[in-house]
Amino acid sequence: MDDLLQEFLTETAENLEVIDTELVRFESDPSNEATLNNIFRLVHTIKGTCGFLGLPRLEAVAHAGETLLGRFRDKALAVTPEAVTLVLRSIDRIKEILVGLEATGAEQPGDDSAIIEGLQAAAEGKLGAAPAPEPQAPAHPVGPNGERWDADLQRFLRPGEVSLAELEAAFQNTAVEPIAVAPAPKPPEPAVAPAAAAAPPKPVARFDEPEEDDAIAKGERGSAAQTIRVNVDVLEELMNTVSELVLTRNQLLQMVRGLNDSEFKAPLQRLSNITADLQDRVMKTRMQPVGSAWRKLPRIVRDICRETGKRIELRMEGEATELDRQVLELIKDPLTHMIRNSADHGIEPPETRISKGKPDTGVIRLAAHHEGGHIIILVQDDGAGLGTSRIREKAIEKGLVGAAEAAGMTDQQIQRFIFAPGFSTASKITNLSGRGVGMDVVKTNIEVIGGSIELQSVEGAGTTFRIKIPLTLAIVSALILGARGQRFAMPQTSVLELVRVGGGAEHKIDTINRTPVLRLREKLLPLLELGDALQLQPLPTTQERARYVVVMQVGATRFGVVVDDVHDTEEIVVKPLATLLRGVPRLSGATILGDGSVVVILDPNGLCEALGSAPETVDANAAAEIATVSSEGRQSLLLFRAGSGGVKAAPLMLITRLEETDATSIERADGRAVMKYRGALMPVIHAGGDHMFRTEGQQPVLVFSHGDQPFGLAVDEIVDIVHEDVTLDLAADRPGVIGAALVRGKATEMIDVGYYVEQATADWSQRNRAKKRGRVLLVEGSDFARTMLTPLIQAAGYEIAAAPTPDDAWRLHEAGARFDAILADVDANPAAAATFAEQVAADAVWSGAARIALSGSGGQAPQFDDCVRKTDRSQLLAALDYAVTAKRSWGNAA
Amino acid sequence: MTDTNRSLDGGVEYVTFEIDGRWFGAQVSDVHDVFAIQAVTPVPLARPDVAGLLNLRGRIVTAIDARRRLGMPARTGGYAGAMAIGVEREGESYGLVVDAVGEVLRLDADIREDAPGNLDESWREVACGVFRLPKGLLVALDIAKMLDAPPSTIAAAA
Repeated sequence: MDDLLQEFLTETAENLEVIDTELVRFESDPSNEATLNNIFRLVHTIKGTCGFLGLPRLEAVAHAGETLLGRFRDKALAVTPEAVTLVLRSIDRIKEILVGLEATGAEQPGDDSAIIEGLQAAAEGKLGAAPAPEPQAPAHPVGPNGERWDADLQRFLRPGEVSLAELEAAFQNTAVEPIAVAPAPKPPEPAVAPAAAAAPPKPVARFDEPEEDDAIAKGERGSAAQTIRVNVDVLEELMNTVSELVLTRNQLLQMVRGLNDSEFKAPLQRLSNITADLQDRVMKTRMQPVGSAWRKLPRIVRDICRETGKRIELRMEGEATELDRQVLELIKDPLTHMIRNSADHGIEPPETRISKGKPDTGVIRLAAHHEGGHIIILVQDDGAGLGTSRIREKAIEKGLVGAAEAAGMTDQQIQRFIFAPGFSTASKITNLSGRGVGMDVVKTNIEVIGGSIELQSVEGAGTTFRIKIPLTLAIVSALILGARGQRFAMPQTSVLELVRVGGGAEHKIDTINRTPVLRLREKLLPLLELGDALQLQPLPTTQERARYVVVMQVGATRFGVVVDDVHDTEEIVVKPLATLLRGVPRLSGATILGDGSVVVILDPNGLCEALGSAPETVDANAAAEIATVSSEGRQSLLLFRAGSGGVKAAPLMLITRLEETDATSIERADGRAVMKYRGALMPVIHAGGDHMFRTEGQQPVLVFSHGDQPFGLAVDEIVDIVHEDVTLDLAADRPGVIGAALVRGKATEMIDVGYYVEQATADWSQRNRAKKRGRVLLVEGSDFARTMLTPLIQAAGYEIAAAPTPDDAWRLHEAGARFDAILADVDANPAAAATFAEQVAADAVWSGAARIALSGSGGQAPQFDDCVRKTDRSQLLAALDYAVTAKRSWGNAA
Repeated sequence: MTDTNRSLDGGVEYVTFEIDGRWFGAQVSDVHDVFAIQAVTPVPLARPDVAGLLNLRGRIVTAIDARRRLGMPARTGGYAGAMAIGVEREGESYGLVVDAVGEVLRLDADIREDAPGNLDESWREVACGVFRLPKGLLVALDIAKMLDAPPSTIAAAA
């Protein structure tokens, strides 16, 4: 295909995209002449170029479209949706012809007469629509001194000035070659018509860069001649060449560094600066505004509206936010898909909206902004939200989750099922979307480029997706780590902090059944030995020295990676691994460091999987992933043996420390076992019974803290730490056991920590009991959380009543129960929790109770007095203490 | 393939190289370049015949250890100083690590014999012929096939 035709195709395709967007904008605001002029100009350019290249079919369709647009422009015809649809259809036809042209290099035969006739009829005002209303202003008013009005310029022509329309007419009659028609100039600027006339005729109109169109539409003229079209391959090559230049420079620098007084030093310094500068600028050429990926969206939304009778406003914010074009290409399709979904499934038809008390026009908001090294894109709609019950049914039907398990999941957890492969709830397959490929593909595409997607949806109120993607894939900031003599690059985006361990450092690594853990700020962090994870050959052991733990967060999982050294941070140019190495787990690419050596780049996701708590693997693990953020589902459990029976488990979140103490250091005082702990005596009891204490050797003790008072639970053996989906079977009625759960396929007793707290700290508890600190109501849907929290709160000296739902809670109200504080979970159903809190606040009897929200994330809950993380026991107890004491003192004052 | 590589007098040019004292050849048309290796970065968890990655004038090259690929005794010492035969495939650069690279020979296709059927499995796939030369036997290797996983690893993966 000849170059000219190729260039025409590229350019026309871009122009058509702009026309789509502009037409939709124009339809909603027919009085915007700048938009109309822009459309007219673009169509005109296409028509002109077609004529020049000898493409009669295209020319005829474009011409008919232009005629109709011309009538709009002259205000001879009112703008109606029907007419705009007609124009859009002609644009679609042009696109079709272009596809054929691209494939074969020649126009394919076809009949466009229907479209052309339709456009002509519309241009003659014969469309079923009403004839043009009387224009508000006369089409060609006459100025005070007899000047002629120019619609393009929006002002009176100066004496001797020629109107743009006339110029165009002149061009059309005389010019053999098509000419870029100057865009509508704005009043404050000098007349540009002559400039347009002076513009040298070119075979292809260079004015029509899409970016410039935007600029022109905004009235920023003058940029037109400043841009040229460059093949992206050229930019890629340029980028590679610059990378090589950087390496060469680094080599030179290293050579000169060895010389003391080199005449090369100064020029090399300059070379170094210039290279850095060059690299920076070449990077910039790859950046594009995110808006260019959005250009098709208004048209898509408009078409969905026409087809479904919905009214939708698409709001776009932050179009100018720039990101790497490679990333841009990769998010285009997922974004389009999400907007389609929102428009098709999210936004309700106007009647439904009105009946729900919403404005009839739905809003889809698409917003982008920078945040650190990332770009955040929000896709927000005020539509129906996700139907949790329907998703739940579907998830069970598809076997993604068991019915019992699903019943215990929060709405948020359920909603995340839409990201499961092949999941689609669209009950009818529409023309637009709902073909079964859906959000799973979106999620995968976003994750492939190191991004993440979050979802928030309230049934009836709308859905918000938050997409976080790196600005560029080409360059990332990385930590250069050393493990067993080899260097690796770790992308810093997942790194939270570095902790020095061993060799006299403050922290040290503990092992629980060969599983290394780190106690960091009173939390146990599971560790992964990088050398083991990568199966590196162990080096001959040298003396004990300080090592490092790289604390990472992937999804909701926090873990540490143990390395020997941390060398440096470096901006690295990411190169993909060769096809032959694509399947290699735990690695995501390779890079060349400043010293010319190659290092492989670690994949945080892969490492997280290696930890055994894969945040996301295929199939049903979508459920597992989401569970980490909430109380139920995936739990970190400490498995141990104590006394008779099988393996027992305690939630890791309740355990403060793990101690191994000399058995002889556990002493008896006052008939009870105590041990020294942090300079004080701590009561210890054995989970298997008092007689089970070891008499010699090391005695493992789990330390729980109960307010200020720690207590120890001695066990026979610590087995392991696991991260598993736990469904609690609440059958146990033995004291000290809250139930059994399947852990790693084996029935495991879940111990009742509250019971042991009570046993161990009997006298404290009794003292507290005697006082009866207050009455607490716990509204918590998750069986697991309810059973865990109840004994804890009890042990702290409160009387507690628990209810799974607000409805159950009101039943207690009917029964005449009164409370000092009400704890309610807000994660499972934020809306219901908020309503419940409001009702409590308004209730005559219960309004006196402190309202405390329980959240997995410790977020905001405005209807509550306080909000605490349910995993943070001490915070919870402090909040209760404060609330109850405060209430009491107010009560006393009153 | 062979036809396109024939020069006017009917011969095909082969780059010859040595691995563990044995003599091999690869068609010149399949070879991108030949270079000396400075340092190789191992790739953890990769296929066993992958020697690692190396920096060749700013490009990252994936190095395949010919000895391991052919099931021959491992090298003693590191890769530094070894030679590599550069191959381009689908825009990616690979290097086949060999012990030494010899001269380029023009060999008549008529004297090429098929590789014997009883060759070791890891050889059968990649050996595309044998030349009986005065200096000894020269095994012609299909360089492109050398990049594919050795049969043993495929079996292991399955």
